[in-house]
Amino acid sequence: MNIKDVERLAELARIELSNGEKKELLPNMESILGYVKQIEKVKEDSDVGRPNFGRPTSEIQINIWREDEITPREFSRELIINQFPDSKDGFLKVKKIL
Amino acid sequence: MIDLKNLTIEKARKSLDAREFSAVELAQTYLNEIEKKNAELNAYLEVFDDVLEQAKKADEMMEKGESYPLLGIPLAIKDVILIKGKKVSAASKILENYIASYDATVISKLKKQGAVFLGRTNMDEFALGSSTENSAYGVTRNYYDNSRVSGGTSGGSAVAVSAGMALAALGSDTGGSVRQPSAFCGVIGLKPTYGGVSRYGLMAAVSSFDVIGPITKTAEDARILFDNIKGNDPFDSTTLPNKNSAEFKSKLSIGVPWNLINQEGIDSKVKENFKDVVRRLENSGLKIKNIKLPNCLPVYYIINFAEVSSNLARFDGVRYGLHLNGDNLLEDYLLSKGKGFGRESRRRILLGAHVLSAGYYDAYYGKAQKAREALKNDFKKLFSEVDLVLTPTAPTPAWKIGEKSNPLSMYLEDIFTVTANIVGVPAISLPSGFIEIEGPFSQSSSEAKKKLPLGIQFMASHGCEDMLFEVGKKFEEVSKL
Repeated sequence: MNIKDVERLAELARIELSNGEKKELLPNMESILGYVKQIEKVKEDSDVGRPNFGRPTSEIQINIWREDEITPREFSRELIINQFPDSKDGFLKVKKIL
Repeated sequence: MIDLKNLTIEKARKSLDAREFSAVELAQTYLNEIEKKNAELNAYLEVFDDVLEQAKKADEMMEKGESYPLLGIPLAIKDVILIKGKKVSAASKILENYIASYDATVISKLKKQGAVFLGRTNMDEFALGSSTENSAYGVTRNYYDNSRVSGGTSGGSAVAVSAGMALAALGSDTGGSVRQPSAFCGVIGLKPTYGGVSRYGLMAAVSSFDVIGPITKTAEDARILFDNIKGNDPFDSTTLPNKNSAEFKSKLSIGVPWNLINQEGIDSKVKENFKDVVRRLENSGLKIKNIKLPNCLPVYYIINFAEVSSNLARFDGVRYGLHLNGDNLLEDYLLSKGKGFGRESRRRILLGAHVLSAGYYDAYYGKAQKAREALKNDFKKLFSEVDLVLTPTAPTPAWKIGEKSNPLSMYLEDIFTVTANIVGVPAISLPSGFIEIEGPFSQSSSEAKKKLPLGIQFMASHGCEDMLFEVGKKFEEVSKL
């Protein structure tokens, strides 16, 4: 890993970093990645299929379905609009994309 | 005067129903404690301005003859669980002024019962850390020694209960965030089975690990709080179907992974305390068996970084939260995220982007998911041989604030707790006594010695929380001897 890798990751994540922080992050990330690299030695089952996210094995790989019915819920429009950094006539205002 | 020191949810319920004191009086007593202690300890980020109104409503419900387990019970809520109309920031600058637009399911359940929410408690930003030092709003100090950390990430909740600033609290546990601060603060913390409690309205850190859990003073209180927040929820498709809890035999066998406990890096006083606990449990008639567990930290942290990086991507300053203006949209993102996220969050987002990137995916994330499956299979086998697994909750007692400046050294603190999150089993941390520490202590303390609490952790099979409460009660009796 080098400073260019840190810059590339920061760009991917859309996070602006100062030069000082980049320099500090590099050895941190190297030592952390060096540690988790131990994963190489961990045994694995060859046929594990899809990960089942912590469910007991007997209940894995079932999709949770529900009927496609509309059940109205009350949300305060005002409360949500008040969170917008910028709004106009009840719409969220954003900068132009292109 | 209400005796807060010995008060439990169980006792408060009886006293409230017998009109020995009112919910308003109880809430006011806690507000007085908070007023006295919070400036120093920084457990609460905000004490709600409607606490007495909530308590008054609870009193009115009681006047009408209503009674629920948590009616009028004053609770502290971690700053990552949404309460409609209240600020909720995940202890981050990026959500400093964010106001929740709905109630989390756990909050709706508690509101229905007339529970009283005292305020929102401090934590590591976005539940990333082990000490509450990663909060954007300052560290939470340990009640037993204010120069030490409270543990984390639910440090504020643990200190609120430990210092008598709340009767009980809610935290969230991703890799030990309920259990480890509970151990550092001498209280009880339960991490329920994955999917046991709805996470609708809990801000996500690591979606495949996160679960909401109670922090209390007794095992019975943990049971009461858990029983009243658990259950299937249509708004959280990862919740488990409602089931009656499994029956279990009265003579429990306990596995102890001595290979993990006897390794380097485990504090000698923690080991000593733990060995003493094992002896006492053996003397009380429980069967102890030697088992082996692997070091699960690499698996845990790889998955943690990966999921954190995708979960935190939503905070971009467009729809809510901190928005900093640049020359174009891209600059808005760069500035808002760069300034809004704290150091540890930024670090984990980058690490997550790395372990998920095309060239490294198989070596890190792919491999970790496979190892996770293998570990789950191992645990299935393990729990056919023993009923419970016992370890210390943490390898050290609470450390000095600022002592662990290297992030990796902090990660290693989670060695005993992450396993339960990886396999999704429930686990409880119970106070296991105190160690003495020598001064000098910060500020003008004249004491030469202080006590610091330690904790032990029991893990049980999926859905077996009742077994944990049972062994917790048994351990409370054994500890009194």
